[in-house]
Amino acid sequence: MSDVTAIPDIRPREAAAKSPRGTALADHPLVQLTLTRFREFLREPEALFWVFIFPILLAGGLGLAFRNRPAEVLKIATVTPELAQSLRQDKLLDVEQLSVPAAEEALRTGKVALLAVPGAAGTVVYRYDDTNPEGRTARMLADRAVQHAAGRVDPVASSDRLMREPGSRYIDFLIPGLLGMNLMGSAIWSMGFAIVDARRRKLMKRLVATPMPRAYYLLSFLFSRLLMLVIEVSFLLSFGALVFKVPVRGSLLDLALLCVLGSLSFGSLGLLIASRVKTIEAASGLMNLVMMPMWIVSGVFFSAQRFPDMLQPVIKALPLTAAIDALRANMLQGAGLAQVSPELMVLAGWLVVCFPVALKLFRWR
Amino acid sequence: MSGFVFDRLHLGRDTREMPGAALRVHNLRKTYKDVVAVDGLELEVRLGECFGLLGPNGAGKTTTIEICEGLTVPDSGDVELLGMRWSTHAAELRQRLGIQLQETQLADKLTVMETLRLFGSFFHHGPSASEVIAQVQLEEKAKSRVGGLSGGQKQRLALACALVGDPDFLFLDEPTTGLDPQARRQLWELIEQFKLQGRTILLTTHYMDEAERLCDRVAIMDHGKVIALGTPRELIASIGVEHMVEFSAGGAAKALEIPALRRIDGVRDVRTDNGSVLMQVGELHRAVPALLDELDRQGVPLTELRTHSATLEDVFVTLTGRHLRDE
Repeated sequence: MSDVTAIPDIRPREAAAKSPRGTALADHPLVQLTLTRFREFLREPEALFWVFIFPILLAGGLGLAFRNRPAEVLKIATVTPELAQSLRQDKLLDVEQLSVPAAEEALRTGKVALLAVPGAAGTVVYRYDDTNPEGRTARMLADRAVQHAAGRVDPVASSDRLMREPGSRYIDFLIPGLLGMNLMGSAIWSMGFAIVDARRRKLMKRLVATPMPRAYYLLSFLFSRLLMLVIEVSFLLSFGALVFKVPVRGSLLDLALLCVLGSLSFGSLGLLIASRVKTIEAASGLMNLVMMPMWIVSGVFFSAQRFPDMLQPVIKALPLTAAIDALRANMLQGAGLAQVSPELMVLAGWLVVCFPVALKLFRWR
Repeated sequence: MSGFVFDRLHLGRDTREMPGAALRVHNLRKTYKDVVAVDGLELEVRLGECFGLLGPNGAGKTTTIEICEGLTVPDSGDVELLGMRWSTHAAELRQRLGIQLQETQLADKLTVMETLRLFGSFFHHGPSASEVIAQVQLEEKAKSRVGGLSGGQKQRLALACALVGDPDFLFLDEPTTGLDPQARRQLWELIEQFKLQGRTILLTTHYMDEAERLCDRVAIMDHGKVIALGTPRELIASIGVEHMVEFSAGGAAKALEIPALRRIDGVRDVRTDNGSVLMQVGELHRAVPALLDELDRQGVPLTELRTHSATLEDVFVTLTGRHLRDE
């Protein structure tokens, strides 16, 4: 056995010879981990598209499709110059004087909404399709023009004040919905994919083999999420404000707090989803399973009120419903935090339940 | 020279008496469901040595090294590392270890420099990222993304990540598996430099040439136990043969009279393996002519004949009757 000891006796390496690491802020593990999150995100073009470009495209597309059109001029036809002259008194009517066959042809093919012809003994006959709203409107406008031209005086004088201001259009409804959807999607995706990918690559196990404090790893997600949040939210809100003049009537501070709370709730939901999963496929399946129902029922694109009353308590308890309702109340009605306290409670509830459970279930390898 | 095939009791006593041990493992056990991965393992690694854990896939090497690294909790047994235990000194130990795991994929989207700055930030002491990059000769790739590196470069980066805390003890789990010969030699040169720096190294491998070149001592593992321990030279000497002769006799192998081969002067043992015959031989210059004569006498045509000096591979075959890479 003695020859086994023929190994040079090397003394333990001197601890003093080791160079202490710089104490620069940039070399703090939390800073480095957060930077890593950012770099991984910014170097993923798909992620950038989904987080920044997609909501803008959606808002732009839907805003355009459902824009409130200016009151339209209705096309009608008539066959005599006298009637044509009377009808032209109404600026909302575009009157064409045609021969009888041409006028009938125009009515039949829908080129005009109504045809006014003289009847027996100075009367007027309106021919139109009463199931078509345009036809009914044209009937009212045409008859008013004819009666006025014949000398009718309205017993009550009236005037108009038009309501077309921001805050009540579809795009105003849509932007807070998209904002909520974006808060949920980016929190759950960024959390879920990054964690599951690190676990799949055994990168997480490698990190755990270093002196890295585990809490820092999770905190780096929180910090990078909050920083990204500022960029995402201001991006979408500025787009809404600049392009569609979507208002933010509530306090911006309240709105920021709402976004942070929403992001934390969705983030802990994402952490829970990613706590054990080992493959990207399983993770994206789970994420879609969680998010898809909320995209539909939580009132992103249309009011959640359209679902049956029976389902309302369930829908109201979903985090996305709470987030969107609170965002709409803030932006459109100028509500303060106190007025959205039920929604805040729902969001806080998800956070308080999901986060500890996720930590409990979390697998570091 | 005594044999180096130990029973557990012998090793156990040995471990407790030896001074200056960097790692002591006593009676380690780990079972996964119905598979016993580590079965009462005894191990001791001395300060400053490069120690190899050798064995086929599934021998329990990775489980053993991960228990020593504090990543896997054993069912029972004791691990003492640099005089500390995981249960009481985990934080101190982490600061002093350099770890390279099998099959870790670092983040593809980070650059080499960014990866090392990240890993470096976890350690109180250690060289700067650029110093470590120079050490593993990745200067030209410092700004490249990890995803674009070759297999050998990735493996050198993994080594760099293990070095960034200036560790006293390095764990390398199959550092060259899957690399081409040139990349392997490059990595061996690096590991030899670490030895010169006075670090203690525990590495696992199933490449015998790797263990022979790098390790001061090796433990051969099979079925979760150490079945032999010593310097590579001692282990090879322990099987009492210097040369191996391997030949194939084409389709006629079945007709071969094996007992007649055993009677050849200087032949210690004869095995057949998939139609080829493996003989352990003391003196090559006597055994080979005698073998050719014997085959001639039996009328068996020789289709292939190879000889080599005995290696750790032969030690493993002798001890277990199996080849290392069979599994």
